Amino acid sequence: MSIIMGHYSYKMNLVIFLLLFLATLCVTPLIGSTQIDLANALSGGVHAQNNLDANILFQVRLPRILLGAVAGAALSVAGAVFQALLRNDLAAPFTLGVSSGAALGAVLAIVFNLNISILGFPMVSLFSFLGALGAIFLVFSLVRTRHGEFPTSILLLAGVTANFFFASMVMFLHYISDFGQSFRIIRWLMGGLDITDYQTVLSIAPMVFLGIGLLIYVGRDLNLISTGVHSATSRGVNVPRIQRIGFITASLITGTVVAITGPIGFVGLIVPHISRLFVGSDLRILIPVSMLFGASFLIICDTVARTLIAPTEIPVGIITAMLGGPFFVWLLKRKRQV
Amino acid sequence: MSPHLEVKNLSFAYDSKPILKDISLSVEKGDFIGLIGPNGSGKSTLLKLMGGVLNLPDDAVWINEHPINAIKKKELARAMTWIPQEHPMVFPFTIQEIVLMGRHPYLPPLSFEGEEDYRIARHAMETTQTLQFSDRYFNEISGGEKQRVMLASAIAQDPEIMLLDEPTSALDLKYQVQILSILKRLNEEKDITLILAMHDLNLASRYCRRLILLNDGAIVRDGTPEEVFQKEVIENVYGVNVNLHTLDGEILVHPITSGS
Repeated sequence: MSIIMGHYSYKMNLVIFLLLFLATLCVTPLIGSTQIDLANALSGGVHAQNNLDANILFQVRLPRILLGAVAGAALSVAGAVFQALLRNDLAAPFTLGVSSGAALGAVLAIVFNLNISILGFPMVSLFSFLGALGAIFLVFSLVRTRHGEFPTSILLLAGVTANFFFASMVMFLHYISDFGQSFRIIRWLMGGLDITDYQTVLSIAPMVFLGIGLLIYVGRDLNLISTGVHSATSRGVNVPRIQRIGFITASLITGTVVAITGPIGFVGLIVPHISRLFVGSDLRILIPVSMLFGASFLIICDTVARTLIAPTEIPVGIITAMLGGPFFVWLLKRKRQV
Repeated sequence: MSPHLEVKNLSFAYDSKPILKDISLSVEKGDFIGLIGPNGSGKSTLLKLMGGVLNLPDDAVWINEHPINAIKKKELARAMTWIPQEHPMVFPFTIQEIVLMGRHPYLPPLSFEGEEDYRIARHAMETTQTLQFSDRYFNEISGGEKQRVMLASAIAQDPEIMLLDEPTSALDLKYQVQILSILKRLNEEKDITLILAMHDLNLASRYCRRLILLNDGAIVRDGTPEEVFQKEVIENVYGVNVNLHTLDGEILVHPITSGS
């Protein structure tokens, strides 16, 4: 009987998901509406101006794929952590109002025609990041008890309320916007990965991966909180401190990504669930696996989005949302059976 | 000998509703204490406050002469643990994972359990007869098995003091006796100090050497079962007429039903 197993099988799982990610990274750049000649693309180097294959591969597809990796990783890890902290497997990175706050920020920048950039970031991104921060600050300062704890039922309620409130502001601004602004708002709200530079990816990646590292660092504490705050305390977890670290870090990496991509729904719900089926609930494993699988998952969804009705590219948020509905049904049926 | 665990003038209120009123008690190492009293008498809250699970208003609970508010959570968890009555589990953890969680206060951040932790967890599962289903999921097992698994996890935590909130209330007779027998062995063989909130007065008197009777947030009686089980005291606190019997040297409380 394999009673005491150790964590060796977990390491195996990590390797498998790493291989999946590397395979995704190698294969998806070759798929697209235009056939590219890989040998020709690789012959000229990154900045060969007159090499069309290289241009498509390195200037169009690769930055977008890397952004997909960072965004998928961040949203999935944030989802896994929110689910653990709220002890609710239907929680997602957007449950506490981060995405609607970000949307309000972005829509404000669009409606007031703030078309300048600061430090290379367009105003829409900066405003949506500030919106995400504002939403986090609002929700947590409303809920925080005098002992510094965050009661989960009240947090969920505050998150839902914040989401409705910000969504109503977005609708109001949308209603008074002109035709061109309206198009940009709708487009932003759909969520997408269409960038054409490495600078954007490089500017958000350190924040995202530092955040994920910190969350892995407190993984065992998060495990205990996911089984109950009181019993976690009696096992030696400083619950208010871990809640603060967890909620703020997960919200920050979500806000960072959403500022660039817009809200890409359901990734943060689906990926932790599927990862859990493979590696179990231990967040020391679930976080790195969700990171790798989330990155692969979003890249694959975006590849579908790029090619489904090529040459028209669909925003990836539409693809993930289309997968999200059936996934929820599956989840509910599965829960009923248990 | 100085007391092992001490509660000094503890008062506590939820939203200005007083739950505990000026509680003082001291616990010697190796005590086996039953905390009894009607629903709402403050048993659970007192246990949570003693265990450092609820925030204490001031330095009202002391362990080995240190106020628990001044002790780091991990250090406190090596000395004392608290086990809730129910164990709702959202995520699928295996029995083995749950038991290993008891090792948390001994492990540095970012680490996995080592050989020694697995050995301790295995031994804890043997003690509670849960080893045979260690790779099953917690949500798949029965209430009595869950309670034993949580006890195994507490044993793996290797504390000097265990606080248990109604460990037997939701269980049938067989499991009640099983849990209490394991606890009795822990108390006798490893000298672990036990404080149990209990509803069943007769089980409490049978296993606990000392009973503390709470009513309305205050201690009514504190002593041996014989000292605490007095007809007028029990009748006053519970509002039920009772007869007391002695059977095989043990005192039993028998409620008088309204017809008689």
